[in-house]
Amino acid sequence: MARKLNLRIWRGDATDGGLKDVQVDVNEGEVVLDVIHRVQATQMGDLAVRWNCKAGKCGSCSMEINGKPRLACMTQVASFDENETITVTPLRAFPVIKDLVTDVSFNYKKAMEIPAYEPPKDLAPGEARMQQVDVERSQEFRKCIECFLCQDTCHVIRDHEENKPSFAGPRFFIRIAELDMHPLDMLKNRKRTAQEEHGLGMCNITKCCTEVCPEHIKITDNAIIPMKERVVDIKYDPARMFAGLLKREKRN
Amino acid sequence: MSGVFSPTRAKIKERTLRTDKWWLEPAITFGVLFSFVIYATFRAFEGANYYKDHLISPFYSPCLSEACVPEATIFGFTPVSAEIFNFALSPALIILIFPLGFRMTCYYYRKAYYRSFWLSPPACAVAEPHTKYTGETRAPLILQNAHRWFFYAGLVFNVFLTYDAIISFKSVEGEWGHMSVGSLVLVVSSTLLWFYSLSCHTCRHTVGGRLKHFSKHPIRYKVWTWVSALNHKHQQFAWYSLAGVAFADIYVRQVATGAWTNFYFF
Repeated sequence: MARKLNLRIWRGDATDGGLKDVQVDVNEGEVVLDVIHRVQATQMGDLAVRWNCKAGKCGSCSMEINGKPRLACMTQVASFDENETITVTPLRAFPVIKDLVTDVSFNYKKAMEIPAYEPPKDLAPGEARMQQVDVERSQEFRKCIECFLCQDTCHVIRDHEENKPSFAGPRFFIRIAELDMHPLDMLKNRKRTAQEEHGLGMCNITKCCTEVCPEHIKITDNAIIPMKERVVDIKYDPARMFAGLLKREKRN
Repeated sequence: MSGVFSPTRAKIKERTLRTDKWWLEPAITFGVLFSFVIYATFRAFEGANYYKDHLISPFYSPCLSEACVPEATIFGFTPVSAEIFNFALSPALIILIFPLGFRMTCYYYRKAYYRSFWLSPPACAVAEPHTKYTGETRAPLILQNAHRWFFYAGLVFNVFLTYDAIISFKSVEGEWGHMSVGSLVLVVSSTLLWFYSLSCHTCRHTVGGRLKHFSKHPIRYKVWTWVSALNHKHQQFAWYSLAGVAFADIYVRQVATGAWTNFYFF
């Protein structure tokens, strides 16, 4: 049974824009992306929206729905009150291109800055052997669909454009954690560069990245905090400092 | 103009378009933590009503000052002078930095107070009021990295508070094998503190999280899985243990002032 839904869609580009009210039919079981497509088909033929799989696996239809960063294809219209107006805007941490489409290339630049996996030098292709228990922590992070909702909600860059050059963001902290926890990764200074080059220390653990992750990756608890602790290991740990002093004395 | 109002971003004048009660959680957190800080400050400076009949307040344990009630000390060990620079120092002020530091640098409380006190951010996708942000990279917030130091100190405190809970199983006359409401209060309080410490992210890292090969350390891996299970509830333990400590102190104070009678079960 179709009913009418009040929708407010942000329309515009980098120069100007605003929220436009529309009324659109909605059927039982539909998601926000469905009604956006109906608006596009019936009322706003030039409405720009990025989408692909409609199954919560490609991460394309990231936008802000009633102010919350979400995937439009995974947000049920029925999760809102029937009389509620649903407001849809582009991601507010990235430059807008047109309507609901933003330029997320910041994230691809950051991805290129993360040092790649470094296998043991004497390991030939096909010879890598790992136990499940050693890789399961990293596997959680491989669920990431790169929707960049975590990047969008992170206040370090959302509220401070000037931090973008020095802050990789939660999506790339899980990448760093994945590699640092990888049993065969041989790169030595991953912790130090995470802190000194990728801005791990700028994160203040407010957990918004975890709250918005559609894959329910425990970004803060399982990646960022463990990485912060690994940084403490090499820079601030009292027991290790003491042990280091003893070792130096022995060497002397 | 920075942040969500930067020139290249979508032109939206509202700081947030959230329609839910996003302000409620930080408001409650602020109210509870602020109340605790006020109460704890009052009690730390009070310097009295912290001991009665083998019950000692967790705010004053271990009691290391010469000003301590003799029965409240650990075997009479009082290495700290009662006065510093002619200022009478409450025994609580000597030690409270350790549990306070543990909670201040705790990964959960950081989230709680950054959101509710510093509004950085007040809630997810709600623009913060600050024009600059450097996170935990500079003083004073770089001191958050001292959490591990406070974690170790917190474990020592837990041992003292467990000892306090054990000696509360004495009668007023000092005979073992008795139990009062006060014993129950101190046991619950110290148990919650152990859960809070053992569920801590630093504990999780220390017991096994730092390992690259769990398969080479099966016992540490097992312990890590247990601590990880507790870690999921760290937020709850943080609040429960805070409430437990506060209530234990209120209870001891009420008993010490004579307002409440410590009822003995046997």
